[in-house]
Amino acid sequence: MSVLVFAIFAAAACGGALAVVLSQNVVRMAFWLIISLSSVAGLFFLLNADFVGATQLLIYVGGTVVLLIFGVMLTAQGPYVNLKTNPAEVVLSLAVGGAVFAMLFAAFSGVNWESNSERLSAEFGSASVQTPGYNQQGEGSTVRRIGGALSGLRTESLRDGRPVERPGYLLPFEIVSVHLLVVLVGASYLARAKRRVPGTEPPKGPTA
Amino acid sequence: MMLPLAATTIVESLASWLASWVSSSPDAVRFVAAALHIALLAVFFGLPAFAFIWAERKVSARIQDRLGPTHCGGRFGWLQSLADGIKLIQKEDLAPAAADQMLFRLSPYLVVIASFASFLFMPFSDGWVAVALDCGLFIGLAVLSLEVLGVVLAGYSSGSKWSLFGGMRETAQMVSYEIPLGLTAVVPVLICGTMNLNEICHMQSGWFTNWLIFHSPFTFAAFFVFFVVTLASNKRAPFDLAEAESELVGGFHTEYSGMRWSFFFLAEYASMFFVSGLGVLLFLGGWWTGIAPIDSALSGVLGGYPGRVLGLLVFFSKSSLLVVVQIWIRWTLPRLRIDQVMETCLKYLVPISCFLFIGSVMYPLVWLTVLGRPTLWPVSSIGTRVPVLPRVATPIAPTPEHLHPHEHGDGPGQHSHEPADHSSGERVPASVPLDRKVTLRGER
Repeated sequence: MSVLVFAIFAAAACGGALAVVLSQNVVRMAFWLIISLSSVAGLFFLLNADFVGATQLLIYVGGTVVLLIFGVMLTAQGPYVNLKTNPAEVVLSLAVGGAVFAMLFAAFSGVNWESNSERLSAEFGSASVQTPGYNQQGEGSTVRRIGGALSGLRTESLRDGRPVERPGYLLPFEIVSVHLLVVLVGASYLARAKRRVPGTEPPKGPTA
Repeated sequence: MMLPLAATTIVESLASWLASWVSSSPDAVRFVAAALHIALLAVFFGLPAFAFIWAERKVSARIQDRLGPTHCGGRFGWLQSLADGIKLIQKEDLAPAAADQMLFRLSPYLVVIASFASFLFMPFSDGWVAVALDCGLFIGLAVLSLEVLGVVLAGYSSGSKWSLFGGMRETAQMVSYEIPLGLTAVVPVLICGTMNLNEICHMQSGWFTNWLIFHSPFTFAAFFVFFVVTLASNKRAPFDLAEAESELVGGFHTEYSGMRWSFFFLAEYASMFFVSGLGVLLFLGGWWTGIAPIDSALSGVLGGYPGRVLGLLVFFSKSSLLVVVQIWIRWTLPRLRIDQVMETCLKYLVPISCFLFIGSVMYPLVWLTVLGRPTLWPVSSIGTRVPVLPRVATPIAPTPEHLHPHEHGDGPGQHSHEPADHSSGERVPASVPLDRKVTLRGER
């Protein structure tokens, strides 16, 4: 059953991505992007990575796509924006996309999947390879592990099942959060209302 | 055979119940159980919406000194929503010539799906939840915020300036109101140290003084900020700028008619119920009655079944009460201007929620410094706790540090031991706070 669900979500993700490329209208592209990104979130849920899936929904689908549509709606001149690509762009994007695909394919075919799955099932037993049931082991448990790792406490289980304490990701987390704060302050500085100081030359543009 | 309600979720109980009747593959059984549960959830999604649409008409009529619906379904017109629904199904499905046909037809479904999906993560009673996740609150809010996408796309694809304005206002409003919504929803998470709605609710068992709204002055204020923000995020008055009928004809749904139009309203009323339920779960004790003897008396009877049914009723009554308050506010307050809406959010609600967030972080620390304990009152006087409704035959003895997870105050400190617990191989299912099983204590 999990294979079936995987097939549905994977098909939706790939189909949505294709439709993003093939459609001409920007807002329709955003719609297909929603389908594609939500399906990726579905794949995360299928892998029991509930927190990553929820974040995918919140950040990408809820945040980025809304901003995208909003930006399109604010900047569009005509009623519907249609994108026309010139041949040079097509060639360039084909080259870049082909290179990325070749790299991924090389990486994919370079792995000996057969022996890996054998080794995994030998090490962890057949139980962990099978799909877990509802709300059983592994499901819904990623939040605390991620939270612990981000606050500097990370535990890994060794191959024999023994937990080891490892340094967490507190410093990168802090760096990222301070960076985001700087970005936030900078964005609000750029977007502030430009007030005229009395006695000075009024600005040329239509800003008030 | 009785439903084994001691299982974790309804899907699990349904699956094990079905498995006891038919000998089929577990996947098929689980699929049927999930389908049944989705149907059940659809009832919980649709019925409150129908009831609240009727309530909206009735309450608004009473506030305006009218009678409201009186004929359809007897004296109180309680079948009015059904009559409306039948009328809307019969209407012609129109799409304007200027519209982007595909998006115009699809966006109502997007709204309904987002609203319905958020119900998957809401526990209606102890363990009665479709998907019990540790990040239940987070993902519920994430899915709910997808509703705005459908509204924006509907506004854009209608090919009408009124719709476009409505959609843009909705986006601007949602994007800014998500900040205080997240900040106030984090306050209970901070106190409980978990994002699992089931566990948050369990920490509010016992007398109503244990409800998080009475936990500190900051949580008390946070509830009201949360409520105001949910009004805005549901585009309810006084924040219903997206459909301001006096300026924008109908806002984002100007061009819609018939069933597609009604989908927007089905989703709106269902989300009203969802955010009210979220407020109840986070601040108002969830499905607990707030009277400790009742909950404790029922917790051990018949496998916790009557307790859970009572919890369901209590949860529905509390949430419905909040919905009625939303309706009351809508018909009392005038609509704000769009600049006032943004000002309310960015100049007042965001700083207030930041302050409340910091306040609830500092609150236990201050008492720890001054009094030597993280609460104002001694731990022993916190009131009676209701034991967790029984799920397993062998209760796990409570460890002292788990007796009152409520009083730990800050999340990270409480859960610093958690990763070690999980990696040691013994994992408690997410929605079963076995380690929080608490014995009855003396009343205050």
